[in-house]
Amino acid sequence: MSPTLDDIAPLEIEAGTLQSHHSELPEKGFRWVLLLSLAIALLTLAALLAFILVSGAPRFNLQLFTNMPSIRLPEIAGAQSAITGTIWVIVTTAVISLPVGIMAAVYLEEYGNPNGRFHRLVEINIQNLAAVPSIVYGILGLGVIARALALGQTVITAALTLSLLILPIIIISTREAIRAVPQSIRFGSMALGATKWQTIWKQVLPAATPGTATGAILALSRAIGEAAPLLLLGAVTFITFNPNGLMSSYTVMPIQIYNWVSQSRDAFHVLAAALCIVLLLLLLLMNGAAIFLRNKYQKRW
Amino acid sequence: MAAASVTLRKDGGQIPPSFRQSSPRYGEKVIGVLLLAAAAISILTTVGIIWSLLVPTIQFFSNVPVTDFLFGTQWSPLFASPEFGVLPLVCGTLVITGIACLVAIPLGLLSAIYLSEYARPKTRATLKPILELLAGVPTVIFGFFALEFVTQVVLKPIFPEIQVFNALSAGLVMGVMIIPTVASLSEDAMAAVPHGLREGGYALGSTKRQVAVKVVVPAALSGIVAAFVLAVSRAIGETMIVAVAAGLQPNLSLNVLEGMQTMTSFIAAAGSGDQPTGSIGYQTIFAVGTLLFLMTFLMNMVSIRLVRKYREVYE
Repeated sequence: MSPTLDDIAPLEIEAGTLQSHHSELPEKGFRWVLLLSLAIALLTLAALLAFILVSGAPRFNLQLFTNMPSIRLPEIAGAQSAITGTIWVIVTTAVISLPVGIMAAVYLEEYGNPNGRFHRLVEINIQNLAAVPSIVYGILGLGVIARALALGQTVITAALTLSLLILPIIIISTREAIRAVPQSIRFGSMALGATKWQTIWKQVLPAATPGTATGAILALSRAIGEAAPLLLLGAVTFITFNPNGLMSSYTVMPIQIYNWVSQSRDAFHVLAAALCIVLLLLLLLMNGAAIFLRNKYQKRW
Repeated sequence: MAAASVTLRKDGGQIPPSFRQSSPRYGEKVIGVLLLAAAAISILTTVGIIWSLLVPTIQFFSNVPVTDFLFGTQWSPLFASPEFGVLPLVCGTLVITGIACLVAIPLGLLSAIYLSEYARPKTRATLKPILELLAGVPTVIFGFFALEFVTQVVLKPIFPEIQVFNALSAGLVMGVMIIPTVASLSEDAMAAVPHGLREGGYALGSTKRQVAVKVVVPAALSGIVAAFVLAVSRAIGETMIVAVAAGLQPNLSLNVLEGMQTMTSFIAAAGSGDQPTGSIGYQTIFAVGTLLFLMTFLMNMVSIRLVRKYREVYE
């Protein structure tokens, strides 16, 4: 027989025992400590932005875009070669990394055996590659792409290296976007006689586009700000011309900033801060676009 | 009309022509192979990294004994009478990583507890992207900020004897840079803790703080530790902040007010000069790179394992 309510002896409660014996103070204090921790991070970000804006404002003008870098005349020096170099390198990186990354993601989500050895090897490998320090990619670029493949210190070497660097990010975000497309869409397409690839090309990938695009933009913004691997790939010399092809020498904005920061004269530091503003505005624009895409086109299935 | 062209199957069933496979789909097979090749590029990347590191490293160790490299206390590989003791670089790396972790681990974890347990959904939806903006700032800009603002404006008034290039400012700024990594991964782990555990805690009369600290954090511990390990790995591998703000002087010292060279900033400095292939200067870049890769690789693996562990338990 199971016990009934009547079987249970009434609890005798002494007055006061059920009252909270914790004081309210540690609760509130703890909450403040948490908020303070978050505030330190956010205030540092605010201080960084304010510092860059204030120190860069005097040189944030048209000359920055129209003039070339100069070692002798910081007053009229600009960053045109770095800005065009960044555009060259990033567009090339996008052209290489996006198709490869999306294809790899499609393979991992739609083909192959998820419990197979190859599949698991690729998966763990991508997770590790995402956390390999960026300077190690510079070593890969220097040893294999620049010297062994003899592509030299050129736009294409930089783009290939940065492509390898951001591939894991593109693959991981595209996989998430593909996984979010419900199975019923695939079954519906297959039931109408579409082949596997037709289903992927005409149904799955279009449905996954907002997520894929968001991830791609974030990956490319990582590549735009990356300087360490390119230090090993020849971007560090003063370049006073715009790239004119994939085999051209180049420099990019983060490297130009590094160059100017390394100069001893203060006028160069002002220039560096001004170029930081350009770089941050570009990144803010890209991040904004990513958030906009996500909010506007993301479907809730 | 249609009936006339219907073919008979061996078992007598009928298939209308439009249902028959039109042609063998070689295209599908080719696409499958192409996709596989794209996935295999990630493996080739790892092979490429190991190969590009290993060959010059082996050449390096045929010139320099391994024990001299690992236990030597002088690092001056590009001088006329070179010394190849890597300890000053390892020391610089660990000191700066230590400072960064002292900042990032507590602040990141506490931020994660706030976001996961205390913030309302709307507050979290606003704060999280702002916090992640911090992770999107290029590291060279953080380096500039450390050199010109943190050292000059914040630290100099407190420590007048601080050097222009110093480990402290680089470590502090690097710590702030890593906060979003720690916070975001820890929060993911805490979000995966089932609600029943929290409700059990409340049913036993715990307060919100007790549930957060004594129930949620222990339950998410493997994910949180994974975040910490990844933070250490990122700090060890970070290049631009140290290259700009910590100086390029190898320094076997624990004085954080002095400049220090790390493994990464050595690679950056030596690699940006044009070292001829095969020279000992060229080979040192790869020897130090191998050490760096091994250290971060070990930590990444530990971190990946730990994340798997909590996923297995709760998802």
